[in-house]
Amino acid sequence: MKLKKYYPIFGLILAVIFIQLLVSGIGMQFYLTQLTMSAYYGIVIIGLSILMGYAGQISIGHAAFFAIGGYTTAALTTMNFAALTDVPIVNFLIKTGLTISGMDPYGKKIIYISPWLSLFIAVIITIFIAALIGVPILKLKGHYLAMATLGFGIIIYRIVLGTSIFGEADGISDVPTFKFLFNFKINSDPALRVENYYIAWLIVVISIFILTNLINSRVGRALRSLHGNEEAANSMGVNISRTKLLVFILSAVLASVAGVFMTHFNGGIGPAESGVMRSVRYVAIVAVGGMANLWGTLIMGIILNYLSLRGYFGSYDDAVFGIILIVIMLFAPDGIFKLKYCNNFIKLIKKTS
Amino acid sequence: MLNVSNLESGYGKLQVLKKISMHIKPGEIVTIIGANGAGKTTLLNTISGLIKSTSGEIVFNDQNIGNLPAEKIVKLGCSLVPEGRQIFDTLTVKENLMIGAYSLNRNKKIINDELNKIFELFPILHERENQLGGTLSGGEQQMLAIGRALMAKPKLIMLDEPSMGLAPLIIKNIFDIIKELKNQGNTILLVEQNAKAALGIADRGYVLETGQIVLEDTSKELLNNDDVQKAYLGKDYKK
Repeated sequence: MKLKKYYPIFGLILAVIFIQLLVSGIGMQFYLTQLTMSAYYGIVIIGLSILMGYAGQISIGHAAFFAIGGYTTAALTTMNFAALTDVPIVNFLIKTGLTISGMDPYGKKIIYISPWLSLFIAVIITIFIAALIGVPILKLKGHYLAMATLGFGIIIYRIVLGTSIFGEADGISDVPTFKFLFNFKINSDPALRVENYYIAWLIVVISIFILTNLINSRVGRALRSLHGNEEAANSMGVNISRTKLLVFILSAVLASVAGVFMTHFNGGIGPAESGVMRSVRYVAIVAVGGMANLWGTLIMGIILNYLSLRGYFGSYDDAVFGIILIVIMLFAPDGIFKLKYCNNFIKLIKKTS
Repeated sequence: MLNVSNLESGYGKLQVLKKISMHIKPGEIVTIIGANGAGKTTLLNTISGLIKSTSGEIVFNDQNIGNLPAEKIVKLGCSLVPEGRQIFDTLTVKENLMIGAYSLNRNKKIINDELNKIFELFPILHERENQLGGTLSGGEQQMLAIGRALMAKPKLIMLDEPSMGLAPLIIKNIFDIIKELKNQGNTILLVEQNAKAALGIADRGYVLETGQIVLEDTSKELLNNDDVQKAYLGKDYKK
């Protein structure tokens, strides 16, 4: 009975292994790169699904949280502390083993912060920023909340575009390897594709495990009740503002963590990751997947990101996601997995003809 | 148990309640009757903390709850069955009930005991425990709303127009349940437009008119009161 809840997760694990064997079997290993990236985007999307679908709070600024994670780790791990070993805090970090030393390609000694520490710092910064903007803007509802989060997304985009430590329009490159557990490495080395693929999917599995448990818990019921009727939820004893803030922070942290890993996987990050169109894309995918449907949004997130990353949408990439959002809202407001959209479509044709 | 004195509240600049004073003793059913727009729902929402009062006092079990947020008031044992039922459509019947226990401690045994009590009181909810709340009929939704409020083990239950939009037979059913709740020792504040039914089961009643309490008496007296009969019970009504 208890185990039944986890069948989809076992299914996911099997599918992940199957796809890897299939892709490697037919000698198309390079597909794994895009599948890895899709997995990281998938984490952002299931986080957004919790916020939008289950708790009913829209955010058109999630790319900003992804960028906050990515840029934090990129900036921290590309900073060379070799000349600053006398500074007490740098010294302390070196002594406690939270830095990594090595050589740059020109033979110069470099010391940088361990990606584990930068991951931790990124999460802390994300929680702080999400709480800071969450408290005032989560008082808003519907369109107003959408506009406020959109504004936040634009602010972060302009900040990374205009700040020199974030590399302005070039972004940050040469982000070092993230040494994961058991000496597995997250980096852009083509030889480590399989390894990276499994690490990314491991993180997806962990995230979805946490989220499925959350949804069916006491707090999960509270946040789903928010979606239905905030006032009724409040009169049942649910602290509305705290629950909203909690889910907002949770979903921001998921986006940020995905950003951290993706940045190490790609070896860099650019301002496009924080762009408004990226946020719209996430919203579109959550809508296609059916909003309050973790598995639907994850599957659509993987498929659409994969197609986009493989370049099937060509230069119409952003336009495709805009069109998807419009079409879904018109014909399948419950997502593509609820087949009602066929009926709606037929009705529309009958009406117009 | 509940003591309201000189309570004033409203929406923005609009003042709805004007110096309301009333009280409820433990074990009573007290009803508030009045026409549309008299301020009945505003009064309940103010007591339960969904609307902030602008002046006056609300004392619940010797504690001033006038400035507490809604979730704290529920925790103190003052539950609201909101107007129009406000069931969570996308949650199952059981999940709706579990939300009601949100303010209780997390002890699973206590929550399960409470759940079984509700299922005993409303067998139909047990039958439909895995159905979505939105798929229930109006009467079943009202039962669910009452059950949901009972899950918090309230000391005072406030019902906002439980008869709204229900067929006469179902209304009788619901009122029988309210009587049964009283027999189990609950204290109930009942707000109704259906004055006859409400006064039929209540011990005392208040008549609310344009935000003011104009009359207070035992239900029996109110039922015999000429003004009440004319205004709310249809006496002298000629075709």
